[in-house]
Amino acid sequence: MKEFGYNRASGVRDAVALLAHEPEARFLGGGTNLVDLMKAGVETPDLLVDVRGLPLGRVELRSDGALTIGATVTNSDLAAHPEVRRRFPALAEAVLAGASGQLRNVATVGGNLLQRTRCGYFTDTSFPCNKRVPGSGCPAITGEHHNHAILGASDHCVATNPSDMGVALAAFDAVISFETVDGPGELALSEFYPPVGDTPHVETSLPAGALITAVTLPAAPVAARSRYRKVRERASYAFATGSIAAAVDVEGGVVRDVRIAFGAVASRPWRAHEAERALIGAPATAQAFGAAADAELAAAKPLAHNGYKVPLLRNLVVSVLTELTEEAAR
Amino acid sequence: MPPTTRSDISLRVNGETHALTVDNRTTLLDALRENLGLTGTKKGCDQGQCGACTVLADGRRAVSCLQLAVAAEGADITTVEGISDGEDLHPVQEAFLELDGYQCGYCTSGQICSAVAVIREHAAGWPSAATGDVRPDAEPPPLDAAEIRERMSGNLCRCGAYPAIVRAVGRAAEQTNAGQGAERTNAGRAAVGLGTAEESKVTA
Repeated sequence: MKEFGYNRASGVRDAVALLAHEPEARFLGGGTNLVDLMKAGVETPDLLVDVRGLPLGRVELRSDGALTIGATVTNSDLAAHPEVRRRFPALAEAVLAGASGQLRNVATVGGNLLQRTRCGYFTDTSFPCNKRVPGSGCPAITGEHHNHAILGASDHCVATNPSDMGVALAAFDAVISFETVDGPGELALSEFYPPVGDTPHVETSLPAGALITAVTLPAAPVAARSRYRKVRERASYAFATGSIAAAVDVEGGVVRDVRIAFGAVASRPWRAHEAERALIGAPATAQAFGAAADAELAAAKPLAHNGYKVPLLRNLVVSVLTELTEEAAR
Repeated sequence: MPPTTRSDISLRVNGETHALTVDNRTTLLDALRENLGLTGTKKGCDQGQCGACTVLADGRRAVSCLQLAVAAEGADITTVEGISDGEDLHPVQEAFLELDGYQCGYCTSGQICSAVAVIREHAAGWPSAATGDVRPDAEPPPLDAAEIRERMSGNLCRCGAYPAIVRAVGRAAEQTNAGQGAERTNAGRAAVGLGTAEESKVTA
């Protein structure tokens, strides 16, 4: 590991000022991804600015029903929070589906949004990788890619975003608040992760040196009956091969409102807008759910070894929406 | 001027404060083992994947291999050496002994630290990925084998002593609850019910 300096930020403005003076600095949250990548030589900061002590550790319910989640709230606290579990159960389930109890106790919401792909070529510096060394190539496209992207990838990178939490945030239109030396700003999650294109090393739309301060979920009554389901290669403590966050509001057998997002299929949490459009006003039947999934997955471009993800995601859509519909009818 | 890459820190471990000068690259795990001689905490994968290095930080379990020592300053660290009450073993330690919750023993200190926290987290009403209904008004799940397996999944055992580990954690949870009664459970649930992330911390 390369040597680095360490500084505890005394406030949000202090934190962004420290980073502005040291371009090769990184914010340190729980460190569960960053420290690991520093050991692997993937991340080589000159300075760590520790932000865990900043006053960003609260979950607040606003009078309009929105939830504002501070950036340093741990994954454990987020998943245990009663208002998260009551208003956005799919978010609590998504967070609980990720990592282990030890990691969730330390990992922060801000860090979760910024965690890097687990593509094996990205994390092994002996391989080329367009994300790590722009222009060096992508061995995954012809190599080991059984868990890589089927949607929104490019000829330059087929890595997936590994977050479970982000999938639920995508389903419920989260907004990311940040601070820079020039003041505060906001980004919708839908704009937070840019398309891969020929710049896979550009992973977020955050301005340089920005510190995430909070994530806000607008009030969404539909989310009170929502679910996260994760498929993985062992029963626990593994990244997804495919996952879904979904919510549905059915009235008189007809879909009034629906939210669907996929995980482990793209470089970002994938909001299934095509599927949602196909379902609004449609009968709440397994057939309609399947047709909606097909509408979304028509754009899928599987590689040689990850075609299984297309039926996997289709099955997740049908089973989870069917379950939610049946539970609502009880 | 490049930033200094060493730090003078004080680490509070098992109730004692230690003054150390560390290279900033030093993990909490290496500081415990190499600087303080507390070798009960084991280095397995050193990548946050096996759980052998689990310790409690302010009462919460965490892997010490991904925590920098310099960032652990100010936290109250408990290692396996500090789990017992003097010569009186913790109920989790007793249960691992009685029910053979190990074979080679290398993962055991991490399993024990993790299990101590799992029992507290469950008593505080935290749901898990094995919990059928995570909504706060739902009946809290019993700490059955499925819940224990899920909650302990961050601790790998290459000997495969899992069946005995699950039994030991279950036994220890029963004894902890029998010893502390409903008071502990109610207090834990009330803590979670207060409504803010800061207030829902599980205390040591």
